[in-house]
Amino acid sequence: MTELEYLKQQHQEGRLSRRAFLGRAAALGASAALVSSMVASVEAYAAETPKKGGTLMLGLAGGSTTDSLDPGSYNDSVMIDTGHAFWNGLVEWAQDGKPVPELAESWEVKPGAAEWIFNIRKGVTFSNGKTLDADDIVYSLNMHRGQTKSGAAGPFKAVSDVKKLSPNQVQVTLVSGDADFAYVLTDYHVLVVPNGHTDWSKAIGTGGYTLEKYDPGVRITGKRNPNYWKSDRAHVDSFDITVINDTSARMNALITGQVDAINRVDPKLVKLLEKNPKLEIIRAPGGWHTVISMMQDRAPFDNKDLRLALKYGIDREQIIKALFSGYGTVGNDHPIPRTDPYVNTALPQIKYDADKAKFYMKRSGLTDPPVTIQASDAAFAGAVDMATLFQSSAAKAGIKIGVKKEPADGFWDNVWLKGPCVTSYWGGRAAATQMLAVAYGPGAPWNESHYANPKFAELLTAARAETDEAKRKQQIWEMQALLHDDGATIVPAFRDWLAGNNKKVGGHTPHGGFDMDNGYIVEKAWLKT
Amino acid sequence: MLRLIAQRLGLGLLTLWAASVLIFVGTEILPGDLASAVLQNSATPESLAEMRKELGLDRPAIVRYGEWLGNAAVGDLGHSLASHRDVVEEIKPRLENTIFLAICSAIIAVPLAVTLGLMAAIWQGGIYDRLVNLVTLLSISVPEYLVGYILIKYLSVQLGWFPSLGNVTPDTPMGERIYLIFLPALTLVLVVVAHMMRMTRASVLNIMASPYIEMAFLKGLPKWRVVVRHAFPNALAPVINVIALNLAYLIVGVVIVEAVFVYPGLGQLMVDAVSKHDVPVVQACGLIFAAAFILLNMLADILAIFSNPRLRHPR
Repeated sequence: MTELEYLKQQHQEGRLSRRAFLGRAAALGASAALVSSMVASVEAYAAETPKKGGTLMLGLAGGSTTDSLDPGSYNDSVMIDTGHAFWNGLVEWAQDGKPVPELAESWEVKPGAAEWIFNIRKGVTFSNGKTLDADDIVYSLNMHRGQTKSGAAGPFKAVSDVKKLSPNQVQVTLVSGDADFAYVLTDYHVLVVPNGHTDWSKAIGTGGYTLEKYDPGVRITGKRNPNYWKSDRAHVDSFDITVINDTSARMNALITGQVDAINRVDPKLVKLLEKNPKLEIIRAPGGWHTVISMMQDRAPFDNKDLRLALKYGIDREQIIKALFSGYGTVGNDHPIPRTDPYVNTALPQIKYDADKAKFYMKRSGLTDPPVTIQASDAAFAGAVDMATLFQSSAAKAGIKIGVKKEPADGFWDNVWLKGPCVTSYWGGRAAATQMLAVAYGPGAPWNESHYANPKFAELLTAARAETDEAKRKQQIWEMQALLHDDGATIVPAFRDWLAGNNKKVGGHTPHGGFDMDNGYIVEKAWLKT
Repeated sequence: MLRLIAQRLGLGLLTLWAASVLIFVGTEILPGDLASAVLQNSATPESLAEMRKELGLDRPAIVRYGEWLGNAAVGDLGHSLASHRDVVEEIKPRLENTIFLAICSAIIAVPLAVTLGLMAAIWQGGIYDRLVNLVTLLSISVPEYLVGYILIKYLSVQLGWFPSLGNVTPDTPMGERIYLIFLPALTLVLVVVAHMMRMTRASVLNIMASPYIEMAFLKGLPKWRVVVRHAFPNALAPVINVIALNLAYLIVGVVIVEAVFVYPGLGQLMVDAVSKHDVPVVQACGLIFAAAFILLNMLADILAIFSNPRLRHPR
């Protein structure tokens, strides 16, 4: 996709105004005719009204027979998309990157951002007829606290208390202030289930669909909930998710029309799909990024000059081309994507520069330091290739890097957080402060690089509790600058989510979060015919 | 005869037990466990510990194996560690799918292979013989996923005759079910036909060199009759063995075809279970696969005895 198309998409999602789009497009040298046709297509897109009815057929990667309906156990697309069909969250992460009300009708933050009061939507019923109240919310939030195997246990450590104030009000108290706590509630694990619910063979929720058939790792079907409280969502009568983990099989199913949409299109095959007049590609730039993390407190990575030499010794453009066929953006060694409103746009982009790499290597005073990357495709498909590309680009700058291929089994258990230099990835977080805290926060369990800059820690605490926008932005920008200059993590690339659609599907919009419209595809999509 | 069967069954059970030990040890040797495989990089030490405790993974391996064996001996294969569903419940629909696909493929492949083989023997050395040999050799030499993709490309994407997804459910009607599995079954047929066909041809030709065949020719019988009536019955034993081997392959070796056509069979389930270290499911799948091999081989031996009067009436 060209820069122009990217701008068009931004305009379509409402991130870029019409005026700004026209200005930027003119700056790129696009012809007036082309720009006006693009504007017309965006306006046609916005004018489309959803049609009701039909069955939405999805072919999704990221499912397994070991999946469960328990929201705490979700870890990939199939269950995330399924979960959002049957259940609602408290807060939704909107297209424009802001948190908007879902089951929480509104909320109020006390000064210091440690106390949050959520007003629960009235008149919402679960699929078993029970009316939603504060007890359900308290139970649902507590599922991720204390003795739990929930995937949201990490971010919920920040919660010190959840209590019911009235039948329609819940107060959440945090260990320390976090002005972005509403974003924590957009986590796909945080879905609202009825109080005391433990039988995960049933899907009792307030969502737009009710469960018909559930065969984990194979197929999931549901039909529309006629009493759904959202009037502008849940357009199709029923949905049918077929788990298709094999990339070619997924593409074939889309081409032959057996499914209406698929996720994770192979970047190498995008051109092929675009040639088919019935299909379109939904490209969603977001927070998912690849990482090579070094432990800052272990030799030789405790040497700042060595780290800088490595940062200049990696060819990011080449990695994006080789791994993602160009469908991504270069990283600048901090985890904030350019789709995030808080991204620091003033930082100079680190580029591959053999001379600079040599210079910093010399300044580090080290001769042939033992740098070995422990790489595994368990981190993400292509992690080993990324390490090997790094090896060759660094070799051109005279830096020797070893690549040790680790077995995929047990990689997260035995290598990640244990080896001094490993490949890894982050799925991105809704809020910039969340992302910075989870991967670089002082004492955070997943602080891969053992990053412990006191200035950073101070800024993080301040930014989290800061409710003044301008000040927060300043603080978040500064943290990114710190990671960029002094951090021990190389962020070579942000990868775009690539989904494939039959053109008869409407309402499937690119989202900066997870793939398939951040998991809301089932209730947001509609069928045009 | 009965003694032979009992003996074979006993040995079969022993083999099954050995297989279960190997599978268990194999899954234990793999680094990591179910908890780390499921939680991946969203694991905290607490959530890992909680999950291990709940699943009983914190106990020593030998205790877990002993417990599993004790339950399995009385027919209880346990529950899946990941989904908590009964293993039998979880496996049943998958096994039915696998067997359905295997039977459909076998119904086409076995008669086809034997007929092609016999015809090749009758017209040995002729154009037909060479052609059949070439085509079947080609289909066996091409990896099965490629055969699958080629079929999808032409029959599904270009012509639109058959679906590329074989995503059957337990309540798919029979007609639709056969339509859905047409391409996977065709792929399997192409993969297994060559072996059986060539064995039929070779063993018939082997018999054709015998004096009594010459006698039949001297009697003035036509060639097809000599081959079908005189040579083929005596060539049955090796053919039956090869058929049994291929039937076993249709059950245990179809993981790749299942993946290409997204067919919910047992192979896919086992691969999933192995990658998540879901030991009870891996064990149950492994035992079914091992049992299929043992039973089919035993059946082949018994049928070979029946096909041979000298073995049927030992002196």
